[in-house]
Amino acid sequence: MKPTDIAAPDYFHKVVDCQWACPAHTPVPEYIRLIAQGRYSDAYMINWKSNVFPGILGRTCDRPCEPACRRGRVEENPVAICRLKRVAADFKDDIKQRLPRPSPRNGKRVALVGGGPASLTVARDLAPLGYHCTVFDGDPEAGGMMRSQIPKFRLPNSVIDEETGYILGLGVDFKGGHRIESMKSLLAEKYDAIFVGSGAPRGRELDIPGRKEAAANIHIGIEWLANVSFGHVDKIGKRVIVLGGGNTAMDCCRTARRLGGETVKVVVRSGFEEMKASPWEKEDALHEDIPILNYMVPVAFKHVAGKLIGVTFQKVKAEYDAKGRRNLVPSGEPDETITCDDVLVAVGQENAFPWIEQDCGIEFDKWHMPKVDPKTFASTNPKVFFGGDAAFGPKNIIWAVAHGHDAALSIHKMLSGEDITERPLPEVQISSQKMGIHEWSYDNDISNDKRFKVPHRDKVIALKDIRAEVELGYDVKLALGEAERCLNCDVQTVFSTSLCIECDACADICPMDCITFTGNGEESDLRQRLKAPSPHPDQDLYVSSDLKTGRVMVKDEDVCLHCGLCAERCPTGAWDMQKYFIEMTHAGSTCPTRSRSAA
Amino acid sequence: MTYIAKPKFHHPGLKKNELGYTHRDYEGKISTLCAGCGHDSITASIIEACYELSIEPHRVAKISGIGCSSKTPDYFLGNSHGFNSVHGRMPSVLTGANLANRDLIYLGVSGDGDSASIGFGQFAHSIRRGVNMTYIVENNGVYGLTKGQFSATADRGSKSKKGVTNTDNAIDLVAIALQLGATFVARSFSGDKSQLVPLIAAAIGHKGASFIDVISPCIAFNNHAGSTKSFDYVREHNDAVNRLDVLVGRDPIAVDYAPGTVQVVEQHDGSKIALRKIDADYDPHDRLGAQTFLARHAAKGQIVTGLLYVDPDAEDLHEHLNTVETPLNTLEADTLCPGSAVLDKINASLR
Repeated sequence: MKPTDIAAPDYFHKVVDCQWACPAHTPVPEYIRLIAQGRYSDAYMINWKSNVFPGILGRTCDRPCEPACRRGRVEENPVAICRLKRVAADFKDDIKQRLPRPSPRNGKRVALVGGGPASLTVARDLAPLGYHCTVFDGDPEAGGMMRSQIPKFRLPNSVIDEETGYILGLGVDFKGGHRIESMKSLLAEKYDAIFVGSGAPRGRELDIPGRKEAAANIHIGIEWLANVSFGHVDKIGKRVIVLGGGNTAMDCCRTARRLGGETVKVVVRSGFEEMKASPWEKEDALHEDIPILNYMVPVAFKHVAGKLIGVTFQKVKAEYDAKGRRNLVPSGEPDETITCDDVLVAVGQENAFPWIEQDCGIEFDKWHMPKVDPKTFASTNPKVFFGGDAAFGPKNIIWAVAHGHDAALSIHKMLSGEDITERPLPEVQISSQKMGIHEWSYDNDISNDKRFKVPHRDKVIALKDIRAEVELGYDVKLALGEAERCLNCDVQTVFSTSLCIECDACADICPMDCITFTGNGEESDLRQRLKAPSPHPDQDLYVSSDLKTGRVMVKDEDVCLHCGLCAERCPTGAWDMQKYFIEMTHAGSTCPTRSRSAA
Repeated sequence: MTYIAKPKFHHPGLKKNELGYTHRDYEGKISTLCAGCGHDSITASIIEACYELSIEPHRVAKISGIGCSSKTPDYFLGNSHGFNSVHGRMPSVLTGANLANRDLIYLGVSGDGDSASIGFGQFAHSIRRGVNMTYIVENNGVYGLTKGQFSATADRGSKSKKGVTNTDNAIDLVAIALQLGATFVARSFSGDKSQLVPLIAAAIGHKGASFIDVISPCIAFNNHAGSTKSFDYVREHNDAVNRLDVLVGRDPIAVDYAPGTVQVVEQHDGSKIALRKIDADYDPHDRLGAQTFLARHAAKGQIVTGLLYVDPDAEDLHEHLNTVETPLNTLEADTLCPGSAVLDKINASLR
């Protein structure tokens, strides 16, 4: 293998698994260290800069970082990254002074359609640069699906108010209750750029017999959740069936439990494991005595005299074809009818752009989705950009934020007369953490603690009040314990070939057997000759150039604890622990686009 | 010195030996030696050898004297018996322990100061008596704890870190061990675990006095130009006569070597050593030949490593003394003290 080029920004970025997995690339270990130090406001601001909604995401994020977390490869559970984010939000001081000041207007006007996370991120990035941003939303208040679809017992309004408020306070105009009905007329208003962040607002229908006849007691999940959020709906029948296995279904069933649903059941086509809902959301539903029934396909709504009485299901089983694809085939068991008073349909969401006229210069593909460049987020109309669920279909908040940052950068570049396809590199700082012979500026003593549970409100009380937040969040002590579990993967092991005397001290001390000195070879061959097995080929090998004996140093990054013992036991300083801080370049940062060295 | 404990976590894919232990289970406390010390590599090699042999840690007694090397038993086999004895007195303590309980595996760990100076006589007598042990000298040619004076194994003409030339003749412990009748004699280098680990494993399997001299560079005081025990010097002058694989159990011997280059030595415990010859003329069963070979190569400034001599049919001290097989601590009182009638009989036989 060729010697690893650690100057390439991506190399060490990939080692920070959580940050690499995060769509917004939030510097996770950095903010977790700040939490451990009690610097909650600093931790919050790192998040705020990167993911815009730390308090909201700290409660609701789909947390792609956690399955990626290295700790999960070392022991059973990853670090509770998401809930630590909430800790930063919960314990911070007043951070208003740290927010950007509204700057003098630069005369450019940007319209943002939809007041959800994507649009608000664009506004957050552009407003401080002097752009006059106007956000339009059909709802009276900002937040989009964060406000309308996520139940209050998971995300209180106060958190949404606070974090949307920070953005609107940057001099952003918010036009609530103002739904954009025509792209054509919006274009006619001569905005310099338009951003569409209108989400995936339509709940998918379930068109099976009885749907029309029993319509009064069959509700589309996201619409029903919005009605609950805004107080239009405050009760439901005693027996409720929720159809669907995603996070919306979980929100529906738990909401139904709080509005009078005594027997609430979730019925899902697929098996339990393949359900789209996040494992922790399924866990929360089960904890609230909501059974989840799997491998049952709804075939008809049963009704008597226009009144829903139940749902009939066909039983299926999973079969896998030669390519490993799953097919659901009838199991041969008799159909089952489950009686109920109400049904909530949460079988998916769809995009809908009835308000975008065909002659706006915005092309759509055969799935009726706008043609959007995945890097620049520009549509075929150079002035119109898309982001969030509106761009590529339903995802989640953190993706919307990532899209928003990229779209804002495109808008800024376009309106500065630059080429929007040329994207800036991330900003990288790398610095040694050595403080003394065996002292580091980070805590390298690895905690053996298991993941700490987030305290929950007592179930009896929680189920009585739809606005009572179920999760209480970590207290300071639990937060410190959980923060200590972080392995500081951003403090990198950096190797200098010229200093190495091949004494083996690093290979001997390494608790994870990550380091091997051996003859060079092709990657597949080298992976066979490491001290410990190498089961994750997606985890890079760090290979040195040739050493004096002709061998090379190979380090499998996979399960490195970043404990720094290799550097402590190295007599010549060939190993050093260097903190690698990588930050995405957002609109307005002055960052060169040409390649440059990481150091 | 490292202040934190070595993390408990280990690689999730670590292999386990027959006892269900990983090599991490054979570790001791974290080393307090200087970073990069050759002794730490010997520690790692002992751990590896014991892991590979699936040795039950409580069956091992590790005994040492005084010095950097003699500190190391604290860093391996944390669940074994240990005795950190007086300077140079490891061989006597080990001999005593061995006589009291022959069922344990005895690992004597010493240094060049401990064995070639203050304990030279002790070393000599334990070898000539044929105590069943593995005697490892971690040889760096220097008194590390007192800041780098020449030890008795420092080569004449080699330079200290301060630039002083050594005018005394060196003691070659391997030559002495051969001369005194050790039945397993080897030399290796801390920087070459692929050679050292099987040597230690083979020595543990040998019944009789096994002696391994391991050149172990002192990073702080003896790893400079002019030293003959530095990483660079040993790597340049290492003349390995053979390399070996230790085969435990009934595994067939891999014969992917050129014919005539592999020699299989069967040991008392049933294990086998497959010796891959590097020097075709070298015969590890010829004590006299080994002595001459060593002397000739030493004169050329070469450091001969490998398994230098082995007598697979060796006897040990217990056989010489015809001692009781049962460890003394498990002998019942009536066996230990058979009564006045027996004493009278013995006394009568001596009259």
